Amino acid sequence: MKTTDLIDKANLRDDVPVFAPGDTVKVHVRVVEGNRERVQIFQGVVIRRQGSGIAECYTVRKVSFGVGVERTFPVHSPITAKIELVTRGDVRRAKLYYLRDRVGKAAKIREKR
Amino acid sequence: MASKAIVGQKVGMTQIWDEENRVVPVTVVRVDPCRIVQIKTPERDGYSALQVTFGRRAASKLTRPEAGHFEHAGVEPGVRLVELRLDDIDGYSVGDELNAESFAEIATVDVTAVSKGKGFQGGMKRHNFKGQGAAHGNHRSHRAPGSVGACATPARVFRGTRMAGHMGATTVTTLNLRVVRADAKQGILLVKGAVPGPNGGLVLVRNAVKAK
Repeated sequence: MKTTDLIDKANLRDDVPVFAPGDTVKVHVRVVEGNRERVQIFQGVVIRRQGSGIAECYTVRKVSFGVGVERTFPVHSPITAKIELVTRGDVRRAKLYYLRDRVGKAAKIREKR
Repeated sequence: MASKAIVGQKVGMTQIWDEENRVVPVTVVRVDPCRIVQIKTPERDGYSALQVTFGRRAASKLTRPEAGHFEHAGVEPGVRLVELRLDDIDGYSVGDELNAESFAEIATVDVTAVSKGKGFQGGMKRHNFKGQGAAHGNHRSHRAPGSVGACATPARVFRGTRMAGHMGATTVTTLNLRVVRADAKQGILLVKGAVPGPNGGLVLVRNAVKAK
């Protein structure tokens, strides 16, 4: 147990699904525009999970209009309304940085079965 | 000088989210209730301060002078005696308890602690010297400080010239840290940013003296 757990406990989310690098997820991001709030969906492949406890983060990569886009979210961040697991990927490493150098079919990840 | 101060223990760093869902790095300071043992006044002691104690200590672990000091004040013996320098000691009396609650309405604080000891360090780490080049014929002199003075005039090295030596383990004060949360019930104070010293170390918190 870490000594700062007392503070962290209140901020930890318990609605985060189990997901790992290689999985495809839909991240429902809360976007505040002025005083209006809407939810934007960011769907892509988790290419890494990093850190632990309250500070743990994951990076989602998608290719949007031919441009690779990566966004890093804290796992326990309140800006994500929901994390939805779409597919489980079959990968052999923890950090999928090799996807950055690949396009099209080569960048596809086999589904776990 | 400060008008409010308290003793705490650095627990460690973590992060919380603010109302705009941004990450705020915070240091957790555990603040046990402090009991005032003695009040130092300018007339009697030449300066004004509160001598406080915190925690509990068994009577068998006290020396006779300590036991007498606590008994004279009528205060339960604590782990340590710490002095908090304040410029205004009106309104405090011996036996009073200080807790984190008094920091709830304070925006910024200064935190004083003994920094982590670094041992004997060279000029590059201790004084941010640049060192010397890796190449261009340099031989075994990559982290050396270079020249420390001139030749026949003054024929000595000036006092205070920055050189290698012992680093750290000095009293350091970090100014103007924002108070994120002050919870008297849990005995916890959260301040934004880093605080000197190791986790578990004793820290003194006072309201910011150079507050903008």
